[in-house]
Amino acid sequence: MKREYLTYAVAFLALASCIFGAVRGESADVLQKAAALCLECCGIG
Amino acid sequence: MADFRTHRRKRKAVQGLWALLTNAHLSGFVTGRIYSGPLKRFCVPVMNCYACPGALGACPIGALQAMVTGRRPRFAFYVLGWLALLGVLVGRFICGWLCLFGLIQELLYKIPTPKLTVPRALDKRLRYLKYGILLVVVILLPTILRDEFGLSVPYFCKWICPVGMLEGGVPLALLDRGIREAAHALYAWKLAILILVLLLSVFIHRPFCKYVCPLGAFYALFQKISVLHVEVDKDACVECGACARTCKMQVNPAKTPNSTECIRCGECIHVCPKNALKFRFTGKEASGAERRTT
Repeated sequence: MKREYLTYAVAFLALASCIFGAVRGESADVLQKAAALCLECCGIG
Repeated sequence: MADFRTHRRKRKAVQGLWALLTNAHLSGFVTGRIYSGPLKRFCVPVMNCYACPGALGACPIGALQAMVTGRRPRFAFYVLGWLALLGVLVGRFICGWLCLFGLIQELLYKIPTPKLTVPRALDKRLRYLKYGILLVVVILLPTILRDEFGLSVPYFCKWICPVGMLEGGVPLALLDRGIREAAHALYAWKLAILILVLLLSVFIHRPFCKYVCPLGAFYALFQKISVLHVEVDKDACVECGACARTCKMQVNPAKTPNSTECIRCGECIHVCPKNALKFRFTGKEASGAERRTT
């Protein structure tokens, strides 16, 4: 039973963190920053 | 045995289909242009390089690194929350069923050559390497080491990741002469890492997943509490060892069904002659007397 509560608690925190980050606009940051870094990381930037 | 083969085929089909779905920008493989539409805001659950010409989503490890390399590193609520949610729901099931690089390694392992067995003591130590890479290379180094402008580099993507090289670096260089000419020493280094990993995969089952993958390490943290888990019916288990013999991740599912090394491919479940192993979801009551879930 303890394990189940832990599972639900972690799932709730993870979901809250994900939504909070998305609302803060982090997903847009991912789009911009990753685009700038990706070619450089392959040694062709 | 027929059931076991069907299960293997089913898993390969899911792996292939997922790879196709997440890399469905097929025109990119012809034009060499990376898709940068709104879907790229979302992280896919597996390592799938942003620079892959076909990629529709962002790589979570690349996205995580992008968040901490800026002038003002920010806690990556979105990426970490998303990954933790996936981890707590299914654990390393994602590694076994959705990862394209995992599928490539598995296919390479099918090449009929003598196979290498890493000595147990060395194997045990090497398995901790991926946690070190996650903590030090993916999170700490980009957060701490900064240049005079306050910027950092995504150390894992830049110096280690063979997935990015296979899915991004190589196809882009093949498609674009300008990119080929711009390739420098780092490109050669990354290509050498990729070749080494692919070569090792012929002789060792999923070496990148076992020893290096930081995403697998992250999901492993949730393996013991995830909603989807494996259960052993101790009454039915006759300890024949068939599950341990079939497991290529060197887990003994009868003893530790939710080991952090298990990628939940489900082969042990299908090979068990007594149906003693089962996939279960937390909250759903299992039948049978005594269960083992650790």
